[in-house]
Amino acid sequence: MSTTPVNTADQPQIGTARVKRGMAEQLKGGVIMDVVNAEQAKIAEDAGAVAVMALERVPADIRKDGGVARMSDPDMIDGIISAVSIPVMAKSRIGHFVEAQVLQALGVDYIDESEVLTPADEVNHSDKWAFTTPFVCGATNLGEALRRIAEGAAMIRSKGEAGTGNVVEAVRHMRQINGDIRRLATLDENELYVAAKNLQAPYELVKEVAQLGKLPVVLFSAGGVATPADAALMMQLGAEGVFVGSGIFKSGDPAKRAAAVVKATTFFDDPKVIADVSRGLGEAMVGINCDTLPESERYANRGW
Amino acid sequence: MSSSTPVIGVLALQGDVREHLVALAEADALARPVRRPEELAEVDALVIPGGESTTMSNLALAFGMMTPLRERVAAGMPVYGSCAGMIMLAEKILDGREDQQTVGGIDMTVRRNAFGRQNESFESAIEFKGLQGDPVHGVFIRAPWVESVGAGVEVLAELPAADGAESRIVAVRQGNLLATSFHPELTGDHRVHAYFVQLVAAAAR
Repeated sequence: MSTTPVNTADQPQIGTARVKRGMAEQLKGGVIMDVVNAEQAKIAEDAGAVAVMALERVPADIRKDGGVARMSDPDMIDGIISAVSIPVMAKSRIGHFVEAQVLQALGVDYIDESEVLTPADEVNHSDKWAFTTPFVCGATNLGEALRRIAEGAAMIRSKGEAGTGNVVEAVRHMRQINGDIRRLATLDENELYVAAKNLQAPYELVKEVAQLGKLPVVLFSAGGVATPADAALMMQLGAEGVFVGSGIFKSGDPAKRAAAVVKATTFFDDPKVIADVSRGLGEAMVGINCDTLPESERYANRGW
Repeated sequence: MSSSTPVIGVLALQGDVREHLVALAEADALARPVRRPEELAEVDALVIPGGESTTMSNLALAFGMMTPLRERVAAGMPVYGSCAGMIMLAEKILDGREDQQTVGGIDMTVRRNAFGRQNESFESAIEFKGLQGDPVHGVFIRAPWVESVGAGVEVLAELPAADGAESRIVAVRQGNLLATSFHPELTGDHRVHAYFVQLVAAAAR
């Protein structure tokens, strides 16, 4: 014990769990768009995106080009940060905490520890508590979501197959996560210990989810959203917002499609609005059927 | 509007709508989300939540909400805005997106993201004029501040000067309009919402 007690409550504190998780709360009901340059970032902002994800290649191109996918060039991230006034996110490789340190130093608003990039560690994810910048991580089920939250993630997203334009995997993950939460909420308190063991997640977090009936952080959908109806589908399945990757800038009319996805996300339960905004959007991105993807090319298998 | 208990809407175009609905319910108010002009017409007061102000402004224009919002504000409807909501209530904004429109109503100039990016987001105790008890716990997320106010605007809270920085206005009231830079809806302390609910009740009398 020190002799002079410090009343930390009166001192401004940065990087707390509340400001990290609270930042994601502000993004709810919104669309976060992948952009590869300042021009795309402006289009996204003008269309009503709540944030942009700065990356060098959209997932569809990462799939096509192959090779090791890494954190983006700092110059490119700086260019996007200075082009728009909305929050800017960027991706680090799973377990590559130095890429994450660099992104924090660049001043990005959120770090996505992403399976879309080539993992740097096949066992450990980054210790996200060590950062001031908040993290979003992907999850295919509740246990995976809670393991990421235990590591300090302040936001969770589904791990739908990025760059395919096929929403099927995002739907699977959203149903799985929300189904797992509903099942947990029906358990007796005595049963939560075994539930925690089966979920491979900390008991305290499992108990918290059982009591809240939801994750303690915001849950977005990501992966394969290509149309306004896809975005609304994810919202109706319980997503609190949507990431759109290749779906916008790999389509015929990105500005129009981006604005349409934003509107459909807000009015996700109004088919008339979704019909209206879906008219005349031009070509959607060409999709890939996920069941023809070899196991080695499935990003959802990365991370554990 | 109605003679019974006032109904408070929460503008649900984007943002932390759920947290405001919960905070209002815990302050014993009737609250519901509002996205359309006909839903706005049915409420007696409105909360504009935290979120991304450029997105909210964009959607308000696209779905015909901006004009009815301005008309209701001009007609005296009580409105509380937190963070992005404060920006929406400002007559003038700095560092906004080009052509970014606001509802307006409070004679103030608000600087967007004035406290910095997410890495500078912080929590701090705030003395809030007119609230009993402990200081309010302010959660500031990429928060705006009030750069200047007109004569009719009452300053309710300021962040004290620290480390050579100037003190900053972070809560104001003008008539039936209330705005805070910070997010009381994220703290579980519902005194700011209770303050607004009282303001709404007084306006309904």
